[in-house]
Amino acid sequence: MEEKRSLGKEFTKGIIKENPVLRLVLGTCPTLAVTTSAINAIGMGIAATIVLVCSNVAISALRKVIPSKVRIPAYIVIIASFVTLVQMVVKAYVPALNDALGVYLPLIVVNCIILGRAEAFASKNPVGASALDGLGMGVGFTTSLFIMGTIREILGAGTFLSGADNLLGILGVTFKGFDFTEGLSKIGLAPMTLFILPAGGFFVFGMLIALANKISDEKGLSKAELHGCKHCPMASTCTHMSDEQRAECGMSAKTDENVKTADGEAGNS
Amino acid sequence: MKFYIALLVMGLLTQNFVLAKFLGICPFLGVSKKLGTAVGMSSAVVVVMLISTAATYPINNFLQSHDLGYLQTIVCILVIAALVQMVEIILKKFMPPLYNALGIYLPLITTNCAVLGVVLLNFDNGYTFGQSMINSLGGGLGFMLAMVLFAGVRQKMETCDIPESLKGLPITLIAASLVSLSFVGFTGIVEGMGLM
Repeated sequence: MEEKRSLGKEFTKGIIKENPVLRLVLGTCPTLAVTTSAINAIGMGIAATIVLVCSNVAISALRKVIPSKVRIPAYIVIIASFVTLVQMVVKAYVPALNDALGVYLPLIVVNCIILGRAEAFASKNPVGASALDGLGMGVGFTTSLFIMGTIREILGAGTFLSGADNLLGILGVTFKGFDFTEGLSKIGLAPMTLFILPAGGFFVFGMLIALANKISDEKGLSKAELHGCKHCPMASTCTHMSDEQRAECGMSAKTDENVKTADGEAGNS
Repeated sequence: MKFYIALLVMGLLTQNFVLAKFLGICPFLGVSKKLGTAVGMSSAVVVVMLISTAATYPINNFLQSHDLGYLQTIVCILVIAALVQMVEIILKKFMPPLYNALGIYLPLITTNCAVLGVVLLNFDNGYTFGQSMINSLGGGLGFMLAMVLFAGVRQKMETCDIPESLKGLPITLIAASLVSLSFVGFTGIVEGMGLM
């Protein structure tokens, strides 16, 4: 019973409490870039979730074999392999999504969420827990992307779920999404193109984080913060930084614990 | 020649890596608090972008000619990671002052999507070697321009009275939105100058 409950926690923490986008502020590049429509956002979310679960499982299974000194390159190779697999599948079966995501699909390799989970969780925990952790984080990522995509698409393009037939066509879905533009033009309104421009992406993201901060403030949780490189999975490799330089990058001063983690000692215990 | 200038202008203004393509957002938000760190980080990005483009171009040609195109992503990220390590070691040994200025940012650049992004975009667009280098230079300088401008904006913001919920990250993103909006004003400049 105890075991089950804690496994459930590994799954649910990624969705709200440690939501990778709105609480930990990781993976900001795809969050801003692909959320011009809700369907693109879901497509990106699913692709990243598959990579996240697979790489978490593989890294967790190999955690005792990978020497800690070369762990980052090893993780990158594992992640890149799964990204290539997903890329091939998407190209073959959902070419429209491949065109829509473009260069951001291979760029899942450098998505901080995936390397971050590998370093912070999968390298220290058993396979089952790592898979659930990956799935939870993936669902949290997809949900946040979907919320942003929905807001930006409705306000900026006047449509909702447009292109659903492209993503789900393989399952026989012919639904083309809702189009409000005609109804809007009848009452003399037009969509605000600003919201699908890059500027709108930054704006909506800022507002969503403000909302998440407000809610977590009321619940007594800490705010999402700008943490410089503190949460960056590569931060542990910056061991030669002086304390002053670390502070400039928003990291805490070098402590024994930090150094230990950097040497991979904590990962083995 | 015209095309090279067009690539530079696009990288700097209309297709700015940070403000239009959303590549390299983490360092853009994370290390733009002070002008000094912003300049250091973006110089390191420019250098690494140029070196990785030069190194991956022949490798990609080799992969394409042997029908190994699907290995592109894996090979590129590994080559970039190895290069960054190498640059770090060389700088540390031979140019300590430069290392102290740029070196601390190098490990963070491995997972910077701007670097892998520019390499993959060069391949996707089928640029020649010269065009790839110019595109990378334009992209890197555009990154620097955005970082430096934004560091200035953030320094001004330090003294502002900001509503409680917007403090910190949200107001930074909204400021980024306004900077990005100002860059929309450059739309059409490439066509207008008769470069395309």
